[in-house]
Formats: sequence, structure tokens, C-alpha cells
Amino acid sequence: MTTTEISLMAHLMRRAGMGATRDELEALVTQGYESVVDDLVHPERFSRGDPDIIHPYLHGPLPQEPSTDDNEDILLRYYRGIGAPGASSPGKWIFHMVNSKRPLKEKMGLFWHQVFACAPSKSAHPRTNRRQLEMFRRVGMADFRTILLELSRDPSMLFWLDNNENHKDEPNENYGRELLELFSMGVGNYTEEDVKSSAYAFTGWSFVQPAHGAVPYGKWATRFDFREADHDYGEKTFLGVTGPLDGTDVIDTVVDQPATARFIARHLYNFFVADEPPVAAWNEIPPLDPEAIDTLMAAYFESGGSIAHMLQVLFNSEFFKNARFAKVKSPTELVGGVLKLIGTYRQANPGIDHYAGATALMGQQLMAPLTVEGWQTGSGWINGGTLNERVNFAVEEVSDPDKPGIRAIIDRLGRRNGSTLTPEELVDGCLELVGPVEVEEDTRQELIAEAVADGNIIFNGNRAVTDERIVNMLQLIVSTREFQFG
Amino acid sequence: MTTAERDPVLVIVQLVGGNDFMNTVIPYTNPLYHDARPGLAFSQDEVLPIDDTLAFNPHAGPLKEMYDEGRMAVVQGVGYPNSSRSHFRSTYIWQTCEPDTIATEGWLGQAIGEMDPDKENSLTGVNFGRGLPQSFVSKGVPVASVADLDNYGIMTGISDPDRRSLSLERFKNMYAPVAGTGPVMDYLSETGQGVLSGADDLKKAPARYKSDVEYASNPLAKSLRDIARVHLADLGTRVFHTSHGDYDTHSRQEMTHEQDMVELSRGIADFFQDLEEHDAADNVLMLVWTEFGRRLADNGSGTDHGSGGGAFLIGNMVSGGMYAEYPSLEQPKLANGEDLAHTYDFRGLYSTILEQYLGMDSKPIVGGTFEQLPVFN
Repeated sequence: MTTTEISLMAHLMRRAGMGATRDELEALVTQGYESVVDDLVHPERFSRGDPDIIHPYLHGPLPQEPSTDDNEDILLRYYRGIGAPGASSPGKWIFHMVNSKRPLKEKMGLFWHQVFACAPSKSAHPRTNRRQLEMFRRVGMADFRTILLELSRDPSMLFWLDNNENHKDEPNENYGRELLELFSMGVGNYTEEDVKSSAYAFTGWSFVQPAHGAVPYGKWATRFDFREADHDYGEKTFLGVTGPLDGTDVIDTVVDQPATARFIARHLYNFFVADEPPVAAWNEIPPLDPEAIDTLMAAYFESGGSIAHMLQVLFNSEFFKNARFAKVKSPTELVGGVLKLIGTYRQANPGIDHYAGATALMGQQLMAPLTVEGWQTGSGWINGGTLNERVNFAVEEVSDPDKPGIRAIIDRLGRRNGSTLTPEELVDGCLELVGPVEVEEDTRQELIAEAVADGNIIFNGNRAVTDERIVNMLQLIVSTREFQFG
Repeated sequence: MTTAERDPVLVIVQLVGGNDFMNTVIPYTNPLYHDARPGLAFSQDEVLPIDDTLAFNPHAGPLKEMYDEGRMAVVQGVGYPNSSRSHFRSTYIWQTCEPDTIATEGWLGQAIGEMDPDKENSLTGVNFGRGLPQSFVSKGVPVASVADLDNYGIMTGISDPDRRSLSLERFKNMYAPVAGTGPVMDYLSETGQGVLSGADDLKKAPARYKSDVEYASNPLAKSLRDIARVHLADLGTRVFHTSHGDYDTHSRQEMTHEQDMVELSRGIADFFQDLEEHDAADNVLMLVWTEFGRRLADNGSGTDHGSGGGAFLIGNMVSGGMYAEYPSLEQPKLANGEDLAHTYDFRGLYSTILEQYLGMDSKPIVGGTFEQLPVFN
């Protein structure tokens, strides 16, 4: 097994998930790259929850019936109920992202959450909002038409963009516009008239409470409701198509547009391959790699808009394999990656919300983007405040040598070179086991200077000293500029 | 006070989402207002009248007081031609002064670069809140962004002070710029170095601060208090920035906008009160702006994105009153047939601040010459 193979697999797992432990990476390399990609885009091959994470906190029987969604799984059962450790939805989600056996499914949830940015802060329906994430998991890799249809029937989104206020006599343009501008084609590919038609086409697409009364811990999630009497059945013209169009017709037209294929291709590229300029500039600034976008657009059209197919093409492409560290990690990726590294929260223990709070301080409050445009990605994640948070978080998290992931690194280093590590071996060994992280030579020299100051590490000597020196090295590594890239 | 402490200071408050200017400074005697807003118009006996035609929102009492004291200028109908109804785009335009092309240079970032060309103080510009507004972004200009003033600094988790200072030294070296590593690495270097130098200074602010003013409990009040604490600590900060709200009131506007107005007006009043008590208000000008106003007519429970909005300038140096023209509510004069049109270009407002208050050439920053306002005493 070569370092190149390990590096490439680590790259794939960072992008398609939240990374992988060294043991996992070695097993995946043995399985083979293309086979791993195939598994990633077929999450149904894997169980939704690992019985090993069943936690003694739970009392009483598991629900007899599976929930409507296959992801209302172990975790939802464990982080709830009286006496159980509480966790917010973002906290639970981070747990899923780190532990799921279907990592790409969780990552696609994050992807769509970024593209279809929607916050419950405006909503009185937290359960409804959680359903949105379940919907992203359920159809996140389906064809884009299905995704847009589900999105347009999603009560959280309808509420967030005021489509419940979109009446045939008093149209509210919010959803009709953002569907075109932010969710499918991008500005410049339609007229203000198209926006108006789109708004009229979605009149009457609303939601209701399914039942009166409340479940023990609050209201039921709301459900989609088509209000015939409030729908405009009149003739409208949308992107050259004329007729008594409704929302489904608008979506059918939208998904056939090259602008839509291109928009989704650029989003996938920006999220999974390399940082692009802000979305608002896409009309003016061409893609970093136009051929890659063409490849992804072709994948879109040859598969009827299948996102799974686009992802498979993407992960197997040379442009993906060559894009190691070409992206600034999002706060969620940074936090999730650090959790993978340190090996904590493999079970549903109390305290996971601390990590949701950490992403928020770094500028990404999950399930609460500031605006419908989502977050500014790439170097937009970095400023004086957020860099400070990122560095402090990672330094703090790797500070305990008894966390399982840190102990595993120390043990591997001890096994690797017999009983002694030279300063260079310490630095290179740590860099490899943390990522592998690839750093500039100047950075490496600075790390070596730190290691040289205390000489060789002797493993059968004072364990506390060995631990401290390795932790110190890990702390420096996770504070580097290079560690900010994923 | 030293001369440096008397340098003019600018505080920006961005109202995020598009504030409904027409329900902030209200044409309360105009029948067209009441016709257009059956669900949302304030009645004549609710509002806080300024004169026979205009009145403040009933929930903006503290702003009205500042206006009556002659410390507040209302700049009416601010906007730009062919106003974009996209939050993102319009905010970007206001932040970069580029309505036609995509620019990345922010107007405040450029002004900060002018104020501190040798990058002597990474706290010349400080944003309070999450993320950094594009207005603060300018190549090669370090600025600070502070989410939590009381815990700011690198590697605060390393408790052994000797080890921490050694690690900070390594950090400093590892963040030294290396040629040819790309713009993002360069940016990380710059940001990291800026945090290091700014953090130690910012730490001094909470310790030096003492005040009788009790701010309300909301994010804007917290940010304004943080701004007061840093300003009063004399760290050389010249431009402060924070944002407020969800002003995107497509629905249930009555509730949301009331809360916005209460938080905004009380927050600003408390902030200036705090500065006055410390005799530190005379060199502070506040600009309150938003990316666009909202539609003339309501949609039943809220208002959709519009064009011309409004801005406030507040401070002891301001000659209070109404500036520029209130947009006409008459059908032929509406933008897009349904929005209040802009009557004054926001780049003129920026030029006014840059030239008359900060004493710098505005042309390269705002991209041309725009009509200024005589708003200063």
C-alpha cells in the first residue's frame, strides 16, 4: 500500500464524507478506489445505523415501525426522551456525518443545505425543518427533477420563502424567484416576466398541520398541501412555454435547461472539487475548469439529471483526483474531520452540541444560514474571527493524548520506528497520520525546528513526556495554514 | 486625549434583508401610502410625526429623539439605477460600489487601507459578528472580525504560558508568507498575522471598560456594546462594522419589523449614551444602511423586495434633518411600476462621508464623482 494510494483515499473520504481513520483508509485502499466510489453512491447497500452505537441511555423498546424516513434512525431514538442526553438537530446531524456508514448521503445533505439554504429561525416548526434534512437524505442523489419537486413541496422551504403567502390574487414572488435564481439556473437566464409566471404557477402550494393537538413533545411536522382554490389556473408563459402552467410544469421546463445543468455542475464542482468564486459572480466569471463542467453537464443530460451519476463521474475523474487540498474546509468539514481524527463521539454521548456551537462560531450555523444565498465558501470562510476560532478549536481538541484517535496516533508512531523517533520522523509521521497533510517545506522546517529543540523521542522512556511532545506537534500541525484546506 | 484618539471614527450598521424604509420614515398623511398598504399602514395617531408629511415608525422613539436633538440626518430615497432585487447582488453592489460588474474590493476595506497604508494596526477596521462583510474586504488590508470579544486570541486553550508563547512564535513563523503558494495561502498568512497582532490589543478592551449604560439583550445591542468597549479602549480603530436583523419582511411584517425597530433604535440610543458618558462621542459618526427598500404595495402580510430605500447618519457632527428627496408614491414615478424609486445615489452618500468626514479622495473608492450632501456642521 503506497502513500499515494492512502493520500488519494483520504482525499476521497474527506470530500465524500468527513474523512476516515487510518485503519479505515487502509481497508478502503484494499477494497479499491472505484469500488469505494460505487459504494458511496449506493448508500442503500449499508445499514442505516450501527447496533454498536446503541447506548445504555435508552430505556424502553425501540419504535415498532420504521419511520417514514430511513434516517430517523438510531440517533433520533437515542438523543431524545426524558433522561436521555439532549442534542439539537445540528448536533445530531454532526454526529451522523461523522459516524454514518453512508457518509456521502450525509454530505449531500450538507450540499443541498448550502444550495437550498433554509433556516428554521423563521419557522415555528422545528420538526418540519428536521424533515427537510430527512428529505435531502432521501432524494439527495436522485434526479434533479425529483429533488426540485420535493423541495417545492417541502413545508420548511415553502414557509421560509413565503410560498404559503403566495395567493392567486396576491402573488408573493419569493419562492418563484429564488427557485430560478438560487436553486436552478442562476441570474441572467430568465426574465422578470418568467419570475412572475413562476410565482403564479406555485400559487396554492402550501402546507398544513396533519392533525390537531400535539405529540408529547410539541407539534407534528407540517405536510404539503395543494390548495386548489388558491391556485392560478390561468395561462402563463414561462421560458417560452405557454399554457395553464403549474409548479410541476415550471420544474419540468427548468430541468431541461442547459443553464440548470451548468449551475448544478458548478455547485458540485465548488463543493466537491475546488473553490469557485462566489455564486453571484458565476455569470461573469467562467469556471476554473470549463472541461470539468462540460463533463459534469454531459453526465447530467445522459442520465436524466441523476445526481448520483454526476457524483460517480466526478469522483472517478482526473480533475477530482488532482484537486487535493484545493478547497478551504467548511467549518462543518473542519469540525467533523477533527472529530474523526480524535475518535470521540463514536457513541451518542452527551455534549455533541458543543460541536454544533463550534461550527457556528466559525461562521456556519447549521440549519440557520443567514440568508437564502447560503454561506460564502472558499476563502469566504476565513477572516480574523473565524481563523481564530478554527485554530483554537483544533488545538484544544487534539490536546488530550487519551482521546482514542490521539492515542492511536501515538501508538502507531511507537510501533513504526522501534523505540526511537528522530525529530524529522516525528514531524513526518504526525503529518501523515493527521491526514496525510501536505505542507509547504517552510512549514515543515518550522515543525522540525520545534521537534529538534527536544531531541529524539524515546518510547520506552517517560510516557507523559512522549505524549506531551506528540500532542504539542499535533497542535502545531492543526494550527497551520495547510490544515485549513481539505 | 492624543491627536490620534481624535481621528474621525465611523460605525456602520447594516440592516440585513432590505429595510422597509416607507414604514420607517412614514409618509403618514399621503393617501397613496394608506391605499397601497391596507394591511401594513400605520394610522396617523400611531406614528411619531416629524412634520406634516413624514413621521417616524411608532417603535422607533429613540431615533425620533435623536432626530429632534438635531443629531440625525435621514437620507431619503437612497439607491442606484436599475436596482437589483436580489439581496445578495444588491448588498454586494452597496459593499463594492460596482453596480455593473462583479468586484471584490470593498469600499470600507479601501478606506481602511488609506487610513493605515503601512498596516501598522490590524485593528484599524473591526467587524463584530460572524463572517466578514464584503465591504471590509480589500486586497492586502488586514481587518479583524470578532465573534466574541471576551475570548479573542490564538491558542487560548494552551494553559501553560511558556508553552503558549512558544507555540505562538511557531505559529507566527508558519504563517509567514511564502512566494508562489497562491492567493488563499497568502490571505491565510495575512489573516493569521493580523489576528496575532490584534488579539493582544483587543484583550485590553473589556478590562478597561466600565459603564452605567445597560444595553438590551439582543445580538445588535451586544455588538454595539462591544464597539463601545473597543472604542473606549483607544486601540486606534477607525472603522467599526456590525449588522442587524432580519429585515426581509415578506410576511408577518408587523411583528418582525416592530422588533427590528425596537432593537435598532434602543441599541443606537444606548450606544451613543454610553459614548457621551465617557466623553467619547464627538468623533463618532454612525451610518445605518440597507440593500434596498421594499415594494410600495403590501402583499397582504408583508412586502416584497423593492428599490429605493433610506439611510441614517447619526453623530454630534451631523447637521440633523431630511436630505435628498422622499421618493414619489405616484404611479408614473415608481421604479418598475411598483417600487419607490431611488432619488439619490448611495455612492454620493459614501463620497460625503469619505471626503467631508474622513478627509480622503472618494473617486477611486466609489468609482466616480457623485453629488454630496451638506450634512456636517
